[in-house]
Amino acid sequence: MSSTQDAPSFFKNMGSGSPKPRQKFCGMFCPVEGSTDNKTLDFGSLTGGRGGDVAGARNTNRVIAQQRDISTLDRGRKVEIRSGSGKEALQNLNDQSDRMLIKGGRIVNDDQSFCADIYMEDGVIKQIGENLIVPGGVRTIDAHGRMVLPGGIDVHTRFQMPDRGMTAADDFYQGTRAALAGGTTMIVDHVVPEPGMSLLTAFEQWREWADSKSCCDYSLHVDVTEWHKGVQEEMEALVKDHGVNSFLVYMAYKDVFQLSDSQIYEVLSVIRDLGAVAQVHAENGDIIAEEQRRILDLGITGPEGHVLSRPEEVEAEAVNRSVTIANQTNCPLYITKVMSKSAADIIALARKKGSVVYGEPISASLGTDGSHYWSKNWAKAAAFVTSPPLSPDPTTPDYLNSLLSCGDLQVTGSAHCTFNTAQRAVGKDCFTLIPEGTNGTEERLSLVWDKAVVTGKMDENQFVAVTSTNAAKIFNLYPRKGRIAVGSDADLVIWDPDCVKTISAKNHNLAVEYNIFEGTEVRGAPLVVISQGKMVLEEGTLHTVEGTGRYIPRKPFPDYVYKRIKARSRLAELRGVPRGLYDGPVCEVSGTPKTMTPASSTKTSPAKQQSGQSLRNLHQSGFSLSGAQVDDNIPRRTTQRIVAPPGGRANITNLG
Amino acid sequence: MSYQGKKNIPRITSDRLIIKGGKIVNDDQSFYADIYIEDGIIKQIGENLIVPGGVKTIDAYGHLVIPGGIDVNTCLHMSYLGMTPADGFYHGTKAALAGGTTMIIDHVLPEPGTSLLVAYDQWRELADSKSCCDYSLHVDITRWHESLTEELEALIKDKGVNSFLVFMAYKDKYQCTDSQMYEIFGIIRDLGAIAQVHAENGDIIEEEQKRLLESGITGPEGHVLSRPEEVETEAVYRAITIAKQANCPLYVTKVMSKGAADIIAQAKRKGMVVYGEPISASLGTDGSHYWSKNWAKAAAFVTSPPLSQDTTTPDYLNSLLSCGDLQVTGSAHCTFSTAQKAVGKDNFTLIPEGTNGIEERMSIIWDRSVTTGKMDENEFVAVTSTNAAKIFNLYPRKGRIAVGSDADLVIWNPKETKIISAKTHNLAIEYNIFEGMECLGAPVVVMSQGKIILEDGKLHVTEGSGRFIPRKTFPDFVYKRIKARNRMADIRGVPRGLYDGPVHDVTTATKAVASTPSCRGSSCPGKAQMAPLRNLHQSGFTLSGNQMDDHIPRRTTQRIVAPPGGRSNITSLS
Repeated sequence: MSSTQDAPSFFKNMGSGSPKPRQKFCGMFCPVEGSTDNKTLDFGSLTGGRGGDVAGARNTNRVIAQQRDISTLDRGRKVEIRSGSGKEALQNLNDQSDRMLIKGGRIVNDDQSFCADIYMEDGVIKQIGENLIVPGGVRTIDAHGRMVLPGGIDVHTRFQMPDRGMTAADDFYQGTRAALAGGTTMIVDHVVPEPGMSLLTAFEQWREWADSKSCCDYSLHVDVTEWHKGVQEEMEALVKDHGVNSFLVYMAYKDVFQLSDSQIYEVLSVIRDLGAVAQVHAENGDIIAEEQRRILDLGITGPEGHVLSRPEEVEAEAVNRSVTIANQTNCPLYITKVMSKSAADIIALARKKGSVVYGEPISASLGTDGSHYWSKNWAKAAAFVTSPPLSPDPTTPDYLNSLLSCGDLQVTGSAHCTFNTAQRAVGKDCFTLIPEGTNGTEERLSLVWDKAVVTGKMDENQFVAVTSTNAAKIFNLYPRKGRIAVGSDADLVIWDPDCVKTISAKNHNLAVEYNIFEGTEVRGAPLVVISQGKMVLEEGTLHTVEGTGRYIPRKPFPDYVYKRIKARSRLAELRGVPRGLYDGPVCEVSGTPKTMTPASSTKTSPAKQQSGQSLRNLHQSGFSLSGAQVDDNIPRRTTQRIVAPPGGRANITNLG
Repeated sequence: MSYQGKKNIPRITSDRLIIKGGKIVNDDQSFYADIYIEDGIIKQIGENLIVPGGVKTIDAYGHLVIPGGIDVNTCLHMSYLGMTPADGFYHGTKAALAGGTTMIIDHVLPEPGTSLLVAYDQWRELADSKSCCDYSLHVDITRWHESLTEELEALIKDKGVNSFLVFMAYKDKYQCTDSQMYEIFGIIRDLGAIAQVHAENGDIIEEEQKRLLESGITGPEGHVLSRPEEVETEAVYRAITIAKQANCPLYVTKVMSKGAADIIAQAKRKGMVVYGEPISASLGTDGSHYWSKNWAKAAAFVTSPPLSQDTTTPDYLNSLLSCGDLQVTGSAHCTFSTAQKAVGKDNFTLIPEGTNGIEERMSIIWDRSVTTGKMDENEFVAVTSTNAAKIFNLYPRKGRIAVGSDADLVIWNPKETKIISAKTHNLAIEYNIFEGMECLGAPVVVMSQGKIILEDGKLHVTEGSGRFIPRKTFPDFVYKRIKARNRMADIRGVPRGLYDGPVHDVTTATKAVASTPSCRGSSCPGKAQMAPLRNLHQSGFTLSGNQMDDHIPRRTTQRIVAPPGGRSNITSLS
């Protein structure tokens, strides 16, 4: 605390803008000296002594007061929720309390924070401002100056994902319930069609599951697990009629989901033309398959084999390759599950070079590391199995949080896909059979707050950006989601930045019996969660209703992503060099079809017919009319006529 | 030049030579000494040598004496659509000698599906009858299948080949998949050879070619447009990743762009055993000529990966070569006459690929790097011969001036200026991609196998005098580190108790079984192989965990072992 006194005056106010002084809390795994001392305030040391700087002392006192106010004394005053009573209640009998007013909150959007009241009706924000005129008897929440954030959007979940006849333990009900408990009010789930299954069929299947079970709004990504012409038509149908604007391709899972580079190139071209966002699961499946074989041959069968067979480089390599392909196809790229430093670096580098690429670290990579794969407890080690794996480098979470804070990574997901221990045990003798996926949908917001905001890496606005706004912009949900504005959906979170919670399987809202963040202490948690204008979480109790979640269709060509792509498409028109005809000797080629060049062997070269006509842009070329002629497309022998254009021959054969 | 003593000594003794007054330049130091050569081998080095009378003396005062250049990448017999390059082994090696290169390593390119050994024999036969200087051979792997393993072994053990090239480009023709590369690299490492890659992403190139042809671009500019720099960079990155996994030394042929060179430099910094080879073309010129209005000129530059359009590339690559980030220089000499190139006059994908550079290599590097002060003469020797000799296990026979080394020497005049031109070069083709370039530094005398080949501007080559130089496996320069890493890389599993919790039943839909095992058919080697983990010196695990009878299936509920010191096989997380 002594630094508070020595600091220049503008630092002294740091505690007032954000609700508490920025201190580093690293959870129980980080042995930072003195990190535990700060959790209980030593009042004696603060009030006594330090008479020197009056302003400084006052400042410190104020901060203490604030903390005391929240943490210990008046838990009841956290938020006050008043329902209409008496006559007012009678007026609103058939109202279903759809009308709600949040008073005295500080609204945090990704661009600014300001104090105002929010009035919502029918699940939509109707008014924002001070002294709002609202109907009587409206349910009022007094936020007491706490932050009101747009509800989180979890861009990557795999609830209820089928794997070899098993289904992920947290289905759409459990999953979305946990999401809401953690302050996430919308999820985007992945549809994974089995190879051979139609995308549309799979999509309908997922819709059915989610519509009947989901407690919060949802949308769907569709994974392209194989590639042929039919798939292209289905993608078109999904974009045009079903509100899907993102497709994922796999570079891993050889012989199951993996696509080749050519196929990815084609898929990405189709995606660009449709105006969707291309997502990739970036890992080199070929190398992994070989490594798995080698490691099994060595007799390593436990979960540590999973991370040994998928080293960091393999992820970075695939990210690099996907960025290259996306650049070639001029397609926006979105890398799911950024798990390692090197993969994140490649994304940052590509962005610096101007590529339209987005990176999504997940709860697991932001909150923990891969050292647990070597745990002697098989069940624990297996719980961490996900692909790409968590990096064994313990500095990775901190690094990814930094990149998230500076904008090199933009979005956070959870990749929530949980299997219980019995299901995992399918792979007890062979790590390649362990079903993959970790939890994180409930913990995501708290983890990011704790690791990035509390440590001072990012501010509350950036927090909103990475947890909801950026996702909404990329996937064209903005401003309906991801912003607190008049007309937006009433998906709100009242955030308590000081609530300290220990994550544990004992008190989480999931169906699985473990939690990979077990024992992690996090600061920051939602106090109240409002979804579709209804109070879902208050006072620590959840009121979720199965099947209330709506499917949110997404339109193609999100501005945030496609403005640049469109401009580049216009520029990227390639032009050939207008040349005279080559009239020199041509070597005879023995036409063995086997030795033909690959590209041309499949199709005949469109040479003359197109070159003559499409290149005849006289505004651009300095070439005279007498070179190529309209009848050039009629084959003729090169010796028949040699044109000598005025100003010399442009078609000389020798270099002079 | 004069004969000492009696002038009637028969010509035979001209095999004995003494070079006087030159400054000997090796890769580590330069010093003044005389060199006495007999039977094609350096016999003595020093001052005031005692030599037999009647020995021919070459006066090298004021000049440098350097080891003859080694051109690590030539394709003098790479046939394309039935055409063979204009410069065969005779013209090619003649030009090499004229430029101060006394050894070449050519690429054997078997037609996909044919035997490597047959192709190798064919190359040997041709080169033995035509080559004017010593040569060795790389073998390209154009289509991988398991049965080639034996051929690789035969080539390495009996035929003196220690380097193999795989293609990441030329889809459906030569291209290897990542899995195949991993497999090949593993074999190459075990055999002690060096993996070379032609690094370009063939999948992307093919798609781009399709797109460009559809948009009506058919000229040579399409070649470079369809193979952007990133595509090369990406492949280099991937090759390095695979080599890292396989713990195999990697040699990237034809580094043509800044991006690719950067990736190699970066990988070296991370400790990878990787070497990069820029070529004469990428060091001496750039890709702006692809847009030339003269089709023949534009087509002359067609090679893969293409020359970078960025005009600062040559300078950058020279810098990296000077600081050691890139190590070796080749020429990738593969020339087709304009009439041959014209096969692709209506379609750039059909233009036979390759540029000249075998003759100009040494002069270009001297001019671009040494005269500009980027590197010194020792570094020059390193990148033109010594490093190549070390990597491919020819050292110290080649690449060094020392007693016992081959008498492949060049007397270099750093002050001579030459203008490169198709009119004066020693090649059969009618153009030169370096046309008009003025180079400072040229060889005055070139000596191969102890014989004077170039003297007073005159070439005296003998067709078929070149010998095949076999190369041994496990070059120290490359493999010392690889071997150490192999020993370190032993991966160990975690000794755990048996998981004794419930196991979910899996409906055995064969299709949905997890990735790899499905393609291998064999079941997981799980329990049966637990044995190697029973190293009691390493594990702190007690005897009571795994038992010999573990592989006999038993119901999990039957017996629950509680080892002393607590259960290590707990199912719940606590």
